[in-house]
Amino acid sequence: MAELQDLLGLVNYWVFIVLMMVGFYVVIAQGNLIKKVVGLNIFQVSVFVFYISMGKVDGGSAPILDEAVKIYSNPLPHVLILTAIVVGVATTALALALVVRINRAYGTIEEDAIQAIEHDEEDLA
Amino acid sequence: MIEALSHNMTASDPWLILLVVVPLLSAPLCILLRSGIAAWSVATAVSWVVFAIALYLLNTVMESGTMIYRIGGWDAPWGIEYRLDAVGAFVIVIVAAIGAVVMPYARQSVAAEIPAERHYLFYAMMMLNLSGLLGIAVTGDAFNLFVFLEISSLSTYVLISLGSDRRALTAAYRYLIMGTLGATFYIIGVGLMYQMTGTLNISDLATIMPAVAETRTILAAMAFLTVGISLKIALFPLHTWLPNAYTFAPSVVTIFIAATATKVAVYILLRIVFTVFGQVDIFAHFPIQPVLMVMAIAAMFLASLSAIWQENVKRMMAYSSVAQIGYMVLGVALATETGLTGSIVHLFNHAIMKGAAFMAIGAIIFATGAVTIKDLEGIGRRMPLTMAAFVVAGLSLIGVPLTVGFISKWQLVSASLELNMWPLAALIVLSSLLAIVYVWRIFEVAYLRQPHITEHNPKIVPLSMLIPTWILALAGIYFGANATFTLDVAHAAARQLMGGL
Repeated sequence: MAELQDLLGLVNYWVFIVLMMVGFYVVIAQGNLIKKVVGLNIFQVSVFVFYISMGKVDGGSAPILDEAVKIYSNPLPHVLILTAIVVGVATTALALALVVRINRAYGTIEEDAIQAIEHDEEDLA
Repeated sequence: MIEALSHNMTASDPWLILLVVVPLLSAPLCILLRSGIAAWSVATAVSWVVFAIALYLLNTVMESGTMIYRIGGWDAPWGIEYRLDAVGAFVIVIVAAIGAVVMPYARQSVAAEIPAERHYLFYAMMMLNLSGLLGIAVTGDAFNLFVFLEISSLSTYVLISLGSDRRALTAAYRYLIMGTLGATFYIIGVGLMYQMTGTLNISDLATIMPAVAETRTILAAMAFLTVGISLKIALFPLHTWLPNAYTFAPSVVTIFIAATATKVAVYILLRIVFTVFGQVDIFAHFPIQPVLMVMAIAAMFLASLSAIWQENVKRMMAYSSVAQIGYMVLGVALATETGLTGSIVHLFNHAIMKGAAFMAIGAIIFATGAVTIKDLEGIGRRMPLTMAAFVVAGLSLIGVPLTVGFISKWQLVSASLELNMWPLAALIVLSSLLAIVYVWRIFEVAYLRQPHITEHNPKIVPLSMLIPTWILALAGIYFGANATFTLDVAHAAARQLMGGL
C-alpha cells in the first residue's frame, strides 16, 4: 500500500519522464523538421514540469507572505522556469525561422529529401 | 594578513560584471546603429575593451586570488554570485583575445561573404556570442551558466545560418537541435542537483555535495550533465553537428567558434567534475573516467582518420578540431595535476593554432574562393604569406617542437607516464602521426604542385586580414618556444581545480 502511494505520489515525475522520452523520441525519429521542433518543445516542457513539481512542498501554500500561512512552497524553481520558458520560446522561434529558410532554399522540409539533395551536391563538388 | 585576505574575498569587483555587460549592451547598440561599418567599429572597440578587462582580471586573479562580484549586493547563495578563479580567468582571456584578433579581420571577410544589409545584425550576434561565452566563465551560479550557454548557443546558430551555401541552414538547424538537447540535459542535471542540495551556487553545491553524493539522484544528475556537456563540447561520438557547422559557416564565424565555443564547453566540464564534485571522490562513485578516456581516444583516432579523407579544407580542419577536443578531454580524464595542466594549456594552444588555420583558410577563400584541396594546387606560390601562416598552424596541429601543439602534447604524455600508462602515451604520439598525414596533404598540394595557369590572379589579401592571421601564427610560435607564462597559469588553474577550489 505504501509502495502504491509512493508510486502515485510521484505522478508528476512519471509525467516528466514520459513526456521527456516522448519528446526525445520525436526529435530523433521524425524526419519532418517542424515535427522535430514540436518534439523538442515537448522535451523542454517536460523539464518545466520537473522543476515546477520539485518546488512543491507538502501542505505548502503559494509563496505569498500571509500571517495565516505557515508553510510555503519553494518559489525559486518556478522563477527559474520562467527564464527557461523564455529561452525555450527563443529557441523555437529561431528553429522555425530556420525551417522557413530551409523550405525556401530546398523546397522541402523532409530530412530525407534534404539529405538526398545535399548528397547529390557533394558528388558534384 | 588574514583580514586583508578575507576582505579581498568579500569585496565586489565591478569589472567582473562589466566584462559581460559591455558586450551584451553593445549588441542592441549595433542594431540601433543600422550601419555595417558603425556596428563593426563598435564591435571592434568593445572586443578590445573586453580583452583589456580580461587581462586585468587575469592579472588580479593570479596575484590576489579568486575574485567575487555579488549581483545586486545579495550575498551568495541567495543572490547570484560571479566568481572568477584561475581557470575562469584563463578561459576569459582566451575568448577575449580571439575576439579582439577576429574583429579587425572580420570587416573585409564579412563584406565579401555576407550581404551588406545584414552586416549590423552579424556584429550584434557576434557581441551576444562573446558576452555569452564570457558569462559562462565568470558566473558562479549553475543556472545562470545555463542562461549564458543559451545566449552563446542561440547566437551561434544564427551566425552559422548566415553562411552563403544553403547547407549552412541545415547545419545551423542540426546544431540547434543537438545544442538544445545538450543544454536541456544540462538543466535536468542541475535540477536534480538542486533537488538534493537546495542550492544553485557552484561553491555552495561543492560544500553540500559530499553529504548526498551517493544517492541515485546525484548519479542521474551526473549522467545528464556529462552527456549534455559532451554534446556542447562535440566529444566523439556526439560531434556530428560540428563538421558541417564549421564547414558552411562564414569564415569569421568558423574562426571564432572553433577557437572559443568548444573550449568554453570543456571549461563547463572542468567546473562540474572538479569544482561541483570537487570534494567527492567522483571517480570512485561514477564511471566517468573510463567513459571520457575511451571517447577521447576514439576522437583522437577516428576524427583524425576522417580528416584525412576530406576534400573540403574547412571540413578537414573541423574533423581535426574533434580530434583535438579528444586531447583536451583526455587530460580531464587523467585527473592529475599534470594532465589537467595539459588540458587547460591546450584550450589556449588549440584556440591559437585553429584560429590561425581558419584565418588562413578564410583569407584563401577571400582571395580565390577555393575550399577544396584540389583548388589549392600551387597556392603556396600564389599566396606565400597566407600559406606560410597556415604551415605554422599545421605544424602546431601535429605537435612539432617549438610550436604550441608540442607543449600540450608533451604535458599529456608526461601525465600518462606519471601514471605509468605507457600505452596511452604511445597512443598520443601515434595519433599525432595521423595529423601529419592530413596536414601533409595540404602542404603537398599547396607547395609541390603547379598552380593553374588559366586562372586569373588571386585578389590581394588586405592587411586587416593578414595581420591578425600572423598575430595568431606568431603567437603559436612564441608560446611554443616560451611557454612559461601559459604553463604557469594553466598549472595554477589545475592546482586550484585539484584542490577543490
